[in-house]
Amino acid sequence: MSTIDKNAKYRPSHEWARREGNLVVIGISDHAQHALGDIVFVELPETGKVFKQGDTLGVVESVKAASDIYMPLSGKIAAVNGDLAGSPDLVNKDCYGSGWFVKIEAAKLPEWDGLLTPEAYEVESGKEE
Amino acid sequence: MNLIPEPLVYELSSPGRVGVAMPDCDVPGTPIPAVFARPELKLPEIDELTAVRHFTRLSQKNFSIDTQFYPLGSCTMKYNPKVNEAAASFPGWLHTHPLVGDGYSQGALELMWKLQRVLAEIGGFQAVSLQPAAGAHGELSGVFMIRACQIARGQSGRTRILIPDSAHGTNPASCAMAGMEAVTIPSAPDGGVDLDALKAVLDDSVAGIMLTNPNTLGLFERNIEKIAAMVHEAGGLVYGDGANLNALAGILKPGSVGIDVMHYNLHKTFSTPHGGGGPGVGIVAAGSTLKDYLPGPIVAEKDGTYSFVRPSASIGRMKLFNGNFGVLVRAYTYIRMLGAEGLRRMAENAVLNANYLRVLVEKTWKLKYPRICMHEFVAMGDVAPGVRTLDVAKRLIDCGFHPPTIYFPLIVPEALMIEPTETESKETLDAFAATLATIAREAVEHPELLAQAPHVTPIGRLDEVAAARCPVLCYRG
Repeated sequence: MSTIDKNAKYRPSHEWARREGNLVVIGISDHAQHALGDIVFVELPETGKVFKQGDTLGVVESVKAASDIYMPLSGKIAAVNGDLAGSPDLVNKDCYGSGWFVKIEAAKLPEWDGLLTPEAYEVESGKEE
Repeated sequence: MNLIPEPLVYELSSPGRVGVAMPDCDVPGTPIPAVFARPELKLPEIDELTAVRHFTRLSQKNFSIDTQFYPLGSCTMKYNPKVNEAAASFPGWLHTHPLVGDGYSQGALELMWKLQRVLAEIGGFQAVSLQPAAGAHGELSGVFMIRACQIARGQSGRTRILIPDSAHGTNPASCAMAGMEAVTIPSAPDGGVDLDALKAVLDDSVAGIMLTNPNTLGLFERNIEKIAAMVHEAGGLVYGDGANLNALAGILKPGSVGIDVMHYNLHKTFSTPHGGGGPGVGIVAAGSTLKDYLPGPIVAEKDGTYSFVRPSASIGRMKLFNGNFGVLVRAYTYIRMLGAEGLRRMAENAVLNANYLRVLVEKTWKLKYPRICMHEFVAMGDVAPGVRTLDVAKRLIDCGFHPPTIYFPLIVPEALMIEPTETESKETLDAFAATLATIAREAVEHPELLAQAPHVTPIGRLDEVAAARCPVLCYRG
């Protein structure tokens, strides 16, 4: 059974977003990392790049497949997790912690309210299991 | 299988050893200029017998359709009749050369022209180009044709191609390679294209759609005519991915249900060797809207004389010379050996075999869409807690079967995509189903057997993460 971070909100496509100070941290859920299997590569954007909600943020490649990662919120990239370049397995080991992808300056906070609550995401991702 | 690991040919090398005794030189020798000499290459130095034994042993480790069952989904690993090889070995085919000129190769051109005609007839299209060398090469040709046609219509802003999430994995790559944008369309609960989702994205930025039918779930797209009409009405064109034509040939003509351009894999449906066994051919066929855009030249006939002509709005050449000619001879032989009635029975038996196997497998395995399938079906490999499809695939190797396609289509978790083809006997299908049932039992009783498989190969379970992240691709000894 997959774990869910109760402090985060979610997209149905399995990205999570969590507010930390003025920034929003983004990653993929435990359900997603489990479905992907051993992750071998994470492609992330450069700091300063601006995305709209739903844009392709990057790509995760596992031994099974390559999958696009989508922006849960519009905003500008404030930081990327450089550790994933050398240790993409952090996403498998600690997807809500050291396996985070990017931190953004969110442009439209009302978008936050449209994301799935942990409870709603649990139901949504449970349908796939 | 020969279980002793085979060293690399470099490791068999011994300084100064040669396989050929060169005769004395009867002209003054000229040393290779130092600028061209590359001593760092370390070419292997071995004798003839060592070379023969090395490659013979490697060939004995090979897994092929001539040795075992090979149910690799969407790859149509059917038996390749030996009569195809006999025909392709005729000296007239073997020793001809594309530069001898049309006048000296009328027989070869006649075969190509007849093959173009039968392939057009099979798919319900008007013209065919035999050039593309693989399925994805045919896709790329088709997307170029769609793009060229849209530009000719003054619609250069149409740069998006719609691709259902049950399509072949190469479709988005072909779009990207042609400079187009791939847009994914989700599947409806029945496994077909979600028509509402399709409707929502159809606008004047859409150049066309790429449909794989039957799709990679092994399901026939029942709304094919409706989808084609919707796309046409919105100004788009319809590409058919013919990789799964083995389920339809002789029964349904894709050109008659709204497909404008389609590739067929001669190396799948028309039984020419593939999967390491030989070059492919992904011919493209087109109806009235796109036939003038076909890659050229193609072969034309006038008063019994054959010549190469370029379609009037051709996208140009997709392949040097005239494609993989030897494959064309094999495919033409196959079609003529079967005839129209035989081709239909081929497709019928491919579907029958898949359904027979599906019903057997369904007794112990979960299926994503447990309904009548076409030429293939998708099971799910997580038969017991902690067991993954990869483990099942590796265990099948121990049991003498080639694993099915795994983890594709992406929309099925732990997918195991099984395509038996029409050339397998009932006994083989029964044996495969029995093995899958045994593995399902092992998954519960002895999961370590699966986790550590394969056990009977020269090299056991590979570290897939290391293989993907730190591959060693060349000899550095």
